[in-house]
Amino acid sequence: MIIEFEVSGQDFKKAGEASFEIKNRLKRLGLPPDIIRRIATATYEGELNVIIYAHKGKVRVCVEDKCVDVTIDDIGPGIPNIQLAMKEGYSTAPPHVKQLGYGSGMGLPNIKKNADWMEIRSEVNRGTNLRFKVNINNKEKA
Amino acid sequence: MKLKDLAEKMGWEIVVRNAPVEAEVKSGYASDLLSDVLANSIEGDLWVTRQTHLNIVAIAVMRDLSGILLSNGVKPDQETVEKAMEKMVPIFRTNLPTFEAVGRLYQLGISGER
Ligand SMILES: Nc1ncnc2c1ncn2[C@@H]1O[C@H](COP(=O)(O)OP(=O)(O)OP(=O)(O)O)[C@@H](O)[C@H]1O
Ligand SMILES: [Mg+2]
Repeated sequence: MIIEFEVSGQDFKKAGEASFEIKNRLKRLGLPPDIIRRIATATYEGELNVIIYAHKGKVRVCVEDKCVDVTIDDIGPGIPNIQLAMKEGYSTAPPHVKQLGYGSGMGLPNIKKNADWMEIRSEVNRGTNLRFKVNINNKEKA
Repeated sequence: MKLKDLAEKMGWEIVVRNAPVEAEVKSGYASDLLSDVLANSIEGDLWVTRQTHLNIVAIAVMRDLSGILLSNGVKPDQETVEKAMEKMVPIFRTNLPTFEAVGRLYQLGISGER
């Protein structure tokens, strides 16, 4: 099963709508609550990064037998130094975003923590592709 | 203690009336940083914060929290209340500063241990 959502940059009013819907669908599929929580958390972090930093993006969730595979692609400024971006505490969020409680530089590390596998590719001035997988039968993590 | 009994005992104002308040609250987390809550909250936590914008509702849903307590007398935005009603997330308010609100919860055995 594949679920797809569009996300618009800077639209904080709709922030989380993709993640809400994905969580609902996974619940209906009867996945274990702790697995759903990990997917929902990581998806929300990815969705919010599109809203905060990019122009627009697409969230695509593919539910397979053994794992849930999430891809979040955006058109935006890209990430010049992915290793740096992955460091906990590193953030380029502007003050108005920080005021909302975002921008602690924990989002990408959070995705890594919740996922069993994660990959980021990015091209400056083009966009970012984030992909992560959560195994359905692995209850070891987070 | 049940969320509704806590609210009554503590004298919190109920902000969202249609949300479920029967959950047994055993633990809590206090933070105003959303990614911190996403990283460190556990299922069933009562979340104490002074963030008032509508995105707090999504955080509570993604993490399966039992509810949100707004401390320091802050008031939620109208769209936060609407979103919480839609997603059935209980929200309460207190005029107490966060430290005091959390301290009183701790006295009732609600723990922040992870
Ligand atoms: N989709 C993206 N496009 C462009 N830059 C990004 C994107 N995602 C992340 N970044 C960059 O990587 C940094 C770290 O991202 P991360 O999600 O870890 O933290 P944050 O968004 O700054 O804060 P938090 O997620 O804790 O609210 C961001 O500040 C930003 O510079
Ligand atoms: Mg982020």
